This record gives sequence, structure tokens and C-alpha cells, in this order.
Amino acid sequence: MTPPEILKPEERVAFALRALYRSYGYSQFRMSKFEEYDFYVRNKSFLVSDNIITFTDTNGKLMALKPDVTLSIIHNTRDCETGTRKVYYHENVYRPARGSHTYCEIPQVGLECIGEVDDYAVSEVLTLAANSLAEIAPRYSLNLSHLGLLSELIRRAGFPEQTHPELFRLIGEKNIGEIRLLAARSGVSEEQLLGLISLLSASGEPKQTLKLLSELCTDDGWQRELDRFRRVIDALPADRIRLDFSVVGDRNYYNGIVFHGYAEGVPTRVLSGGQYDKLMQKLGRSSGAIGFAVYLDRIERLDPPAEDYRVDTVVLYRDDTDPATVSKVVRELTAAGKRVIAAKRLPELPVWRDLIRL
Amino acid sequence: MKEFLNIALPKGRLGEKVYAMFESVGYDCPSIRENNRKLIFENETVGVRYFWVKPSDVTIYVERGAADVGVAGKDILLEYTPDVYELLDMKTGNCRMAVAAPVGFRDDPARTLRVATKFSNIARNYYSEQGREIDMIKLNGSIELAPILGLSDVIVDIVETGTTLRENRLEVVETIIPISARLIANKASYQFKNEQIRRLTERIEQKLSEAES
Repeated sequence: MTPPEILKPEERVAFALRALYRSYGYSQFRMSKFEEYDFYVRNKSFLVSDNIITFTDTNGKLMALKPDVTLSIIHNTRDCETGTRKVYYHENVYRPARGSHTYCEIPQVGLECIGEVDDYAVSEVLTLAANSLAEIAPRYSLNLSHLGLLSELIRRAGFPEQTHPELFRLIGEKNIGEIRLLAARSGVSEEQLLGLISLLSASGEPKQTLKLLSELCTDDGWQRELDRFRRVIDALPADRIRLDFSVVGDRNYYNGIVFHGYAEGVPTRVLSGGQYDKLMQKLGRSSGAIGFAVYLDRIERLDPPAEDYRVDTVVLYRDDTDPATVSKVVRELTAAGKRVIAAKRLPELPVWRDLIRL
Repeated sequence: MKEFLNIALPKGRLGEKVYAMFESVGYDCPSIRENNRKLIFENETVGVRYFWVKPSDVTIYVERGAADVGVAGKDILLEYTPDVYELLDMKTGNCRMAVAAPVGFRDDPARTLRVATKFSNIARNYYSEQGREIDMIKLNGSIELAPILGLSDVIVDIVETGTTLRENRLEVVETIIPISARLIANKASYQFKNEQIRRLTERIEQKLSEAES
């Protein structure tokens, strides 16, 4: 059994999350590191970046190091029209690093629920997302939005279709000032804009935001969608959930509920997910799906720096010391639970408590 | 222990103006006015910690969470597109991003336009929206020199009063976008210091609307 103090935060979290997902009946999905490049080219609008690491396989096929896990899971899973398929993964993806113009390896843990995604399935995935964040840090925030409701609000406000990409970007920035300017340029009045602005300005507390949404929802179709959303939220731990309509996700990929997770001590979001029925349809699947990923690379600095000594004991031996003698001393010390380094010279970097000269 | 709100201010005139605004709404930090070489200033009573950074670095400090909030020009936000919340137009540091050329310059659409700029992303996006092919010349300073010496046809740069352009016989050909200082916030800090950040934003917003009326 590995003592917990030896694990780095990302390793500790990865093990805890795998156990968590297993306990909810999710089975591990193992996939190859490589996919045919052609598959990603056909679906590149769903990828974070167009840049993919490629190589030619021994059979002449152009292959790619996978830049995304969800696409590979859908690609390698049969359609699931009845029942649900619940899988989790612990994989690396390869993408260009923001700012450095070089590729990096990003370890991710996550899960996908594919098939008949009913209200319980959605609330289960959201509960697991909240529990995943709780494994990372005691103080966390799971921010939820609903792209269906948000899109309807935008449609009703009367924003022309061509302004939507810019509008969604501004919503993601909580940039109310520039949303007002865009509305003025697009002929949307302050009155038409009111609903969207008040929703974006809401504090995030679920009850209050749901009440506001209910006031904005004026027809039956919308009310039904809102009732489903409310039922899902009611099943979640209310104190750590925020309704935040600036969570927009990628609209090519997601529809319905989308969510981002933050853990105190990590300056960027550590979890992203949502319902991606749209993506399933575009890949020729008829079932629904919801899932999320936890970015393990972002939590490696979560723990305080390691203690200021690295070993308990340095065992210093000479050229003529019998190796068996060194070995015996080291064995005895490690058996007593000490961290030991045996060397001929005092090591430069490690700091130690005790020194034994042989 | 009180949790500090960390604020990154852009060094220079804009930063001083912005600090005066924070001070006037209750986020004062008297030590910042002292003449010394310190980089970090705290006021424990108010719970605020300021630091001066290079204007183009404010977004980096905020995006990576070293600062909870900061003030950055819209030019920097458009150029680097950091993943932050843009909470407020502070209506100060007003200027514009513009295309300028030697007086009397006539663009020949049959030739690739040579564009000198510090803001290569803004320039690239602007000309790609117009479907115009350009030869981008990335410079780090003295942009106005490029068209004078024939290095470029036009420049894309910030224009405040236009004095530097006039003195070098250049003129604005097109305005790309108006620029002003924006209050930005780290997305994770916004979750965990929500009340502090909202309070600060509301107070500045109120101050700005009082000034307008």
C-alpha cells in the first residue's frame, strides 16, 4: 500500500476519483494513445486546437496522438439507444500549450454517461463532478449553466444570428458593458436586454437564480425545460452549486447543462463538462450523453512545497567499504521507516537529519 | 485572518489614475503614495494588497491567479485574449487602436499591404475580416518609424492625441476599435472572493455613474 504522503496531489486525486467513479458503477475505458488522423480532421471543429501531433505508422497510415478523450470514446463505442453506458477514463491528451507554442501532455480523469440520459443520470454526473472537486480541495465551486435556456433568452432578446459568436464570448467574460454596446449596434433595446443582463448579474445562489429564471420563462415549453433543470439542481448539494450563466462551453460540442468546476488554491478551472447530445448527433449517434473531465496537470501545485529535508539519514561510505556492510545498514534503516541515501560524498541537494560514516 | 484582495495595477500614469479611483471608493493604501522602490503595498484594515506591474503583464498576473483583479487596457485584452472576466469599463485611459499611414498614402489593393505593429493579433484579425492579405512586421517600439523609412506601408498602433503621428507626418486612416482601461478578474478568485470582488466592482461602477451624471 502506498503511503498517502508519498503521492503527489494529482496522483492522490486520480486514485480517489477512480475509486469514486467505480463506486457509482462506472467501468474504466482504456483506449489507445493513437487514433487515425483522418478521424480528427473530420471532427476538428470539436477540438480545442487544430494542431495535432501526427506520425506515420509502420503500415503507412497517418496517425495522431489523441488530443481529446470524449471524441475517441464516442468513436469507439456502439450507439446505446436503450440503457446507459457509464465509463470513466484516466488518460493523457496532447495539445499545444497556451502561450508557449509547444505541445504538452495533459493528464485527465473523467467520465462519460452515454445512452438514455434522464434527469437522474444528469444529477448523478453533477453529483460526481461536485464530489470530484471535493476530493481536490475542501472549498470548491461547481458552476452550472443551461445552454438551451440561455440560447432561448438570446433569441427572445432579438440578437441576430451573426452576432451570436461574439455575444457568447462576451457572456463568457461577464462583459456586461460590451454586451450593451453589441445590443445597441444590433438594434436590441435595453428593455429586450433586461432578462439576459439580470441573469448574468445574478449572484449565483441557485434558489434566487431559479426564481429569476422562472420570472423570465413565459411559455410552457420553456417552463418544462426549466422544471427539468430545477429537478436536477434540487438533487445536488446546494451549498457548493452556483448557477452561473457565463459558463457557455463550446456550442459546437455542448447543449443543455454545461458546467465548470473550481477548487480553492488552483487559479484556473479544474473541471469542465456538460451534455453533448449535439456532438453525438454530428457523429451519427442517436443517443444522448453527458460527461466531464478533471485536468490533473492544474492541481500539481496544490500542496504546499515539500518539507525542507529530503532524507532522514545519509550513509557515507569509502572506496574500500564492503558493499555488504553498506547494504546491511541501509536495509536496517529503511526497515525502521527512515528515508536513506547512501553515497561516497555528501550529496549537494538533499538535506538530511543524521549522518552515518562507514 | 482577513483575506487580502490582490490587485495588479499597470505601472505609469494610467495606474496612478486607476489607484486614485480605488482610493476614492474606500480601497486606500497610504504606503503606495510614499516615494520608495517597493513593489507591493498592503492595507490590512481594508484588506487590500496592490502591486505595480508592466501594463502588458497585468493580464498574466490575473489569469494565473497571482492577482485576483487587475486593470488592463482593452488593447492588451484583445491582443492576448486571456481567460479572465472583464467586469467593468473604467472609462479612463481612453484612446483608440488605429491604422495610420504617411499623409497622402493611397492603398493599392493589388499589392500585399505591409503592416508594422506591436499588436499582431489585433492587426491580423482586422485585416482577415476584410479578406486583405498582409505582410506582418512585428516591432516592439518606435512603430511610427516604420512607414517613414519604407519598412511598412501602414502601422497599427494606439493613438491617444495624435501628436506623435502629426509630428512624423502620419495620419489615422481607419479606427479599428476604441480602447479604455478595464477591470478584470481571475475566474477562480471570482468564485472564492466573490463578495469582495463584487463589492469593489459595484463601488467603482457607482463612482463612474456619479461622475457621468
